[in-house]
Amino acid sequence: MLTKILIEVIQLLVVALGAPLLLGLLRKLKARLQGRRGASVLQPYRDLRKLLAKEAVVSENTSWIFRFTPYLLAAVMLLASLLLPILTTHTPLGFIGNIIVLMYLFLLATFFLALAGLDAGSAFGGMGSSREMVIAALAEPTVMIAIFAIALRVGSTSLDEIVRRGTTESLLLLNPGHLLAFIALFVVALAETGRLPVDNPATHLELTMIHEAMVLEYSGRHLALVEWAAAMKLLLFLVLLSNLFFPWGVAATSTPGALGLAFVALGAKVSALAAIIALLETSLAKLRLFLVPELLSGSLTLALLAVLSFFFVR
Amino acid sequence: MLRALALALLFFAAGAVGSLLAGSRPGLARVLGNTFALFGATVALGLGLAGAAGGTFEVVIPRLLPIGGVALGIDRLSAFFVVVIAVGAIPSALYALGYTRVYEKRHSLAGMGLAFNAFLAAMVLVPLARNVLTFLVLWEAMALASYFLVMTESEQRDTESAGWVYLVMTHAGFACLLVGFLLMSRAAGSMSFADWRGVSPAIGGTTRHAVFLLLALGFGSKAGVIPLHIWLPRAHPAAPSHVSALMSGVMIKLGVYGLVRVGFDWLATGPAWWGGAVLVVAAISAILGVLYALVEHDLKRLLAYHSVENIGIILLGVGAGMMFQSYNLPALAGLALIAGLYHTLNHATFKSLLFMGAGAILHATHTRNMEEMGGLIKRMPWTAVCFLVGSVSIAALPPFNGFISEWLTFQSLLLSFQISSSAANLIFVLSVAALALTSGLAAACFIKAFGISFLALPRSEHAREAREVDFTMRAAMALLALACVAFGVAPFGVLFFLNKAVSVLTGAPTDVHFGWNSVMANDSFASVSPLWIAVALVALLSAIPVGLRVAGANRRRRYYETWGCGRALQTARFEYTATAFANPFKRVFGLLYRPVKELDIQFHPESRFFVRTIAFRNEARSILEEALYNPLRRLAQFLAERARVLQSGNIHVYLLYVLIALLVLVMLAR
Repeated sequence: MLTKILIEVIQLLVVALGAPLLLGLLRKLKARLQGRRGASVLQPYRDLRKLLAKEAVVSENTSWIFRFTPYLLAAVMLLASLLLPILTTHTPLGFIGNIIVLMYLFLLATFFLALAGLDAGSAFGGMGSSREMVIAALAEPTVMIAIFAIALRVGSTSLDEIVRRGTTESLLLLNPGHLLAFIALFVVALAETGRLPVDNPATHLELTMIHEAMVLEYSGRHLALVEWAAAMKLLLFLVLLSNLFFPWGVAATSTPGALGLAFVALGAKVSALAAIIALLETSLAKLRLFLVPELLSGSLTLALLAVLSFFFVR
Repeated sequence: MLRALALALLFFAAGAVGSLLAGSRPGLARVLGNTFALFGATVALGLGLAGAAGGTFEVVIPRLLPIGGVALGIDRLSAFFVVVIAVGAIPSALYALGYTRVYEKRHSLAGMGLAFNAFLAAMVLVPLARNVLTFLVLWEAMALASYFLVMTESEQRDTESAGWVYLVMTHAGFACLLVGFLLMSRAAGSMSFADWRGVSPAIGGTTRHAVFLLLALGFGSKAGVIPLHIWLPRAHPAAPSHVSALMSGVMIKLGVYGLVRVGFDWLATGPAWWGGAVLVVAAISAILGVLYALVEHDLKRLLAYHSVENIGIILLGVGAGMMFQSYNLPALAGLALIAGLYHTLNHATFKSLLFMGAGAILHATHTRNMEEMGGLIKRMPWTAVCFLVGSVSIAALPPFNGFISEWLTFQSLLLSFQISSSAANLIFVLSVAALALTSGLAAACFIKAFGISFLALPRSEHAREAREVDFTMRAAMALLALACVAFGVAPFGVLFFLNKAVSVLTGAPTDVHFGWNSVMANDSFASVSPLWIAVALVALLSAIPVGLRVAGANRRRRYYETWGCGRALQTARFEYTATAFANPFKRVFGLLYRPVKELDIQFHPESRFFVRTIAFRNEARSILEEALYNPLRRLAQFLAERARVLQSGNIHVYLLYVLIALLVLVMLAR
């Protein structure tokens, strides 16, 4: 029992404390690739501390939805960190939800964030909400079909089970369906976490921003929570991708040694994915909003191929 | 059991007669009609629960109807639908107590009370019907009673045409049912439903397929599947809101009841293409329903289109179940059917809730146009919270009730890989994609519906002066909101009853396993614990403020105007509108909408740099209606004009027609 609680606490801390570090690392990598020196990898922590020290300015037009949403976002991401197999294949709270639940939890967060975007009555917020929902809605089929592709081969939608099968049967990872599903989910991860080429996290240009437009009215502790939750979402998606498709090092037992190894492996895998994202963001320009559906339908096609390859080569 | 049914009917009769007698005093008619309806619905809930727990009765009243008399009976499936009806009817009657007050001056509350009670009684009785004639009479009574309720505000042009479309569509469906039932009765040699299941496999292929198609068309038109949905977005908004809630939340579910009976009882077990056809129609209904809802800015029409979508989701479960049954996978068929039926109950709760919310807004602002709402969350806080619960539920977000049934539907669709037929697999894969897209779009649509109606600044004088509605209306909405949470967080209560009802139909234990805190599909394939999700969310939500305090966060809050690029004035004109919100969707799915764009700018006569007025229209057209129904309408018109030749107006000619008809009939019947 104590070990179980300890594992969950460690998972929570890895996500809660690791998220700003991932953001710092990503920005640093991007800066180096672009020939800049970049801020320290610890800069996101300093930003959060600065925001927490400031008072929150709230629009007069807003309702409780606006103030409630940052807390909900953070709570959803923390809950996700409890049911995702981050370090071990025996996540104590893994039974409370499978991979579909995880995706719908993210949708719950998006739902409220989009409402908060509309709440202040500014055109920016509404624009951001509308665009965000176009992307979220179009990403949904890819997510489910990719999940279908994985479930077909593993025979389960339980996150723990998928990772466990991956660690024991390494040949499973080599089939083309898995690879196609990975690419499809990777594209969705970029879209859902607001990275290039779908959304530019570094822009505040009126006509192009999506996520930033929705959160434009936030300040102080509210903005700190929103930014923290966004960073956690990115980390959760990268953990999901790395543990589902490259489950090397994930602990099968709960010994401190195995967990320590899993932690190191996770760090390496997430850093590698972050490096890929940094590389993509350096070499790609942002897509026009109405080209994003084409990107997403492309990823849906890959996911469909991943499923069909199972039916035709079995 | 039988006594409970009699008591419920007695209450409905008392409500009908009471409101008729009190006709001259509208206030009394309103209270009598709705209070007795409330009592009757509550007794019906008891009846349904007793039936769901396993109680049964069969009763035949001979001579009341020809060929078999009135035959009523209850089994677990019928009982489940009685519960669904009661879950919608109880809050609806409560809501009507306050809501129909506005009709006192203009409309006859006596007639309304009569039609409302008759509607409820007919709906409760339909799933209990045990032979063809009883069923058809009740089915027609239900349609007519709801028609009169739709026509309440008949002084409005829209209502008149809505009622007409409804009447035509419901009778087209009725004709299909009639022919299908008669064909089946002849083939089976019995008008009693109980005899059909045993003989259906022996019936010849063509007859059986014809019966299936006719019954599916009849029930499908009542359920509102695309392309038979056209009456739904017209009739539901035209009716008073508590009736819209009943029609959308409950009445269309009886179409689902019929389809489940056809697929799993009367004609069981059919070939795989039956289930496949249901799946395809369901997927199309789900996607097109939500897409039409997205570009609709009349709140009640939007909700009506969402009924089309949700019927699609329900039928995905039902169709998948039929398919599994055909491939001899009864455990999975049970899972799929449970998913569909669970969504039926859930849709009854949240759609009733949302229609009542829309009714409350209509009551307070006198408009159904979302572009004239806004800021209502501050003026109608109770309605806002209830509508939000309904929105989150219909968007299928955890831990609310829409989520658990949609989750079960997903699992049943994913488990389709156990079927080894490539064509079936392909249909299922596309259904998964369709359901996923639908749920994403539904979330977007309810962000629009809630965000534009309730948040930010009021967009019109009416919205600015809106007041919260009275106690009975709030109580009805709160009741349904609680049900949304309860059915979402504690699914074991519903699953317990459904599991038994469904395993009787499929003839095997289902693939759903559940405890008080978790639901599992197909053993270790998938599990979810909505209760723990809710508990964990609440715990984390309350821990975060504590954490912020420990971290030494600044706790001050200052109110200031929304940032507007330095504009001095902030008005509602700067807000994002529903049209603007939906515009990207309109562009992405332009192929289906074929939007018509009209921009009309009137310039100042002296300079083109000054604009006098700008008129902008950007309407989405329903290509389906234009392509499918316009030719039909033209054909009907053409035939009617040809038939006019027969109408000479001469009584002797008409008598001759009667004679000829008689002679033909005698020859045919010989």
